Amino acid sequence: MASQVRQRRSAPQAPPAQGPAPADRGGQLSAFYRDMVLVRRFEERAARAYTEALVGGYCHLNLGEEAAVVGLMSALAPTDYLFTNYREHGYAIMRGIEPNRVMAELYGRVDGVSKGWGGSMHMFDITHRLLGGYGIVGGQLPLATGAALAIDYRDGDEVVMCTLGDGTTAIGAFHESLNIAALWHLPIVFVIINNGLGMGTTVARSSAEPDLYKRAAAYRMESARVDGFDPLAVHDAAATAIAAARGGRPYLLEVITERLRGHSVVDPARYRTTEEAERLSHEDPVALLGAKLTADGVLDPAAVTAIEEEVAGIVTAAADFAAASPRPEASTLFDYTYATPVPNDSRRLPGQPLFAPLPVPALGPGASA
Amino acid sequence: MTIMTYRQALHDTLRAEMLRDDNVFLMGEEIGVFEGSYKITAGLLKEFGEKRVRDTPIAEEGFAGAAIGAAMLGLRPVIEMMTINFSMLALDQIINHAAKIYGMFGGQAKVPLVIRTPGGGGQQLGATHSQNIELFYAFVPGLKVVAPSTPADAKALLLAAIRDDDPVLFLENLALYNTKGEVPDADVPAEIGRARVTRPGKDLTLIGYSRMAHVAAEVAGSLAESDGLDIEVVDLRSLRPLDRETIVASVRKTHAAVVVEDDWLTYGIGAEIAASISDGAFDYLDAPVRRVAMAEVPMPYSKTLETAALPSRDDVIGAIRQTLAAVGHRTTPLALGVPQS
Repeated sequence: MASQVRQRRSAPQAPPAQGPAPADRGGQLSAFYRDMVLVRRFEERAARAYTEALVGGYCHLNLGEEAAVVGLMSALAPTDYLFTNYREHGYAIMRGIEPNRVMAELYGRVDGVSKGWGGSMHMFDITHRLLGGYGIVGGQLPLATGAALAIDYRDGDEVVMCTLGDGTTAIGAFHESLNIAALWHLPIVFVIINNGLGMGTTVARSSAEPDLYKRAAAYRMESARVDGFDPLAVHDAAATAIAAARGGRPYLLEVITERLRGHSVVDPARYRTTEEAERLSHEDPVALLGAKLTADGVLDPAAVTAIEEEVAGIVTAAADFAAASPRPEASTLFDYTYATPVPNDSRRLPGQPLFAPLPVPALGPGASA
Repeated sequence: MTIMTYRQALHDTLRAEMLRDDNVFLMGEEIGVFEGSYKITAGLLKEFGEKRVRDTPIAEEGFAGAAIGAAMLGLRPVIEMMTINFSMLALDQIINHAAKIYGMFGGQAKVPLVIRTPGGGGQQLGATHSQNIELFYAFVPGLKVVAPSTPADAKALLLAAIRDDDPVLFLENLALYNTKGEVPDADVPAEIGRARVTRPGKDLTLIGYSRMAHVAAEVAGSLAESDGLDIEVVDLRSLRPLDRETIVASVRKTHAAVVVEDDWLTYGIGAEIAASISDGAFDYLDAPVRRVAMAEVPMPYSKTLETAALPSRDDVIGAIRQTLAAVGHRTTPLALGVPQS
């Protein structure tokens, strides 16, 4: 994975940063740092809840991707739309959804963003224009393309951002979607979150073109690669991409990042070498940014502590809220099969017969077997 | 009432709905410049323009998914899958996404999408272009599946499908496009989820959908003339939801049932009908429920083999006679209905 480090450190090909020079952006960077800490501590709390069996199913965390998440989300306007995959807790929070409701969804409770129907992989909130985390790799790309089509159909000025993992670039839906988006000049930004691993398979072992952003060339689509440990760089690259998309020029952005833990909370990541694990222990975007901000004098230790305390309060409150939220009643099981009610929709529970059994005639005194 | 073809009924209904609602638009392969492989969309590109009649690349998964995403934002796409065989390229989008989005997100997003697609064999199109796989979709909660057999139902069910807020697979049939029938002039949507008794009778219930509902009606008519049989025909019209009440009520009256289907027998639609009859009318049956279905082979090209694989009118007549023989009727003096093995 040394090549991954090289990619991130030396090969960012993002467009030039927009706005003020980095030196003047300490405030922005501090705010990004606070948000990154929030995502980090939320995910750590989610992992703990999983080990306590308060969260079920799959649970994929954004650990290591905090700068990417925060940088990308900060560049979207509130009216823009986000489609993402199953590793989406941080995106949900950074879209502005209350951490309480994100945690309640992990707990499978009625106050969850998807009312307990979705779980970790399927967060949705129309108010904050998060149009779904999706659990099937690549499934969100055609949908996001269609949302962009709807915007275009109505001459709207919103943009769709669609994030995907590095492994997703091998699936057919990726190519079909990029082709359609480019062909029809749709307002969409595809963002590859390249953490170097599709579950346990490296980019090098799954992609004949490991420079994933170059795949856009096949569709004459603009693209760039950016260092996913630098939230400002991610923000600026995303802003450039979003501006292009808003003008009807879809864009492919590759964000080089790391996945600090396994694919999901139950994956011990044994496929990683000792050297790799050792390297990752020093490659932590939150710690690196915290150290940099402190060294640069942007944040003093007291400010860092204050951020940690504020975030700890939010995360604890989220876990308390989730634990206190009711579980859905079994009587609501058939509430969301269809939006338009129609006759003969089956509402049969597993043990129920289709038709009430006819009464069995009582055997008379003379009857015998 | 106007007499028109099934094709014309589909075309006119699409056009009327596009005129009624700006959110209704069409997408599919070759539906615009080429005017549709089966010409259902003829003239619509010229009338409505490229924004609302959109030719797509050959990318079923891509354009089906794009339609779902557009529907999530409130548009009402009607997409054409050139044949139901090609819809398998979009299975992930249809089954993992269209069918799931309303429930998976707790009712926050609707998917008002119509997938129009013809099934049907008998055109010597070989193994990959002659399948009837509507079962795949009828199996999945969250989808609705309708299968009109007449021009009138083609109109009424298409109106219902377009105005419904759920994804609807709208099954057409290659052999039905040129069939004619009376179509009401008024735009009255059908109720999805309702079967219809298209011919009342008392001797036996004959159940079919799409092309086979057509065949069932013809067979019932000819047996009434030739044998004086009084067969009740049930046209399912909706495969999901399935109107078991109508099926069971009919069988409780006639005490015998034959299901005719264009799909494969094992695990097919007929298996579900037979199981439903067993649940709801077991004590009323005077003979086992009989199924007439396609032979279980990849469809061969050669006409003799293809004909042998497809259910024919004679197959249906034979099954009816054998069932009635089991009931105890003698439908003809020659007693053709002696059960064979």
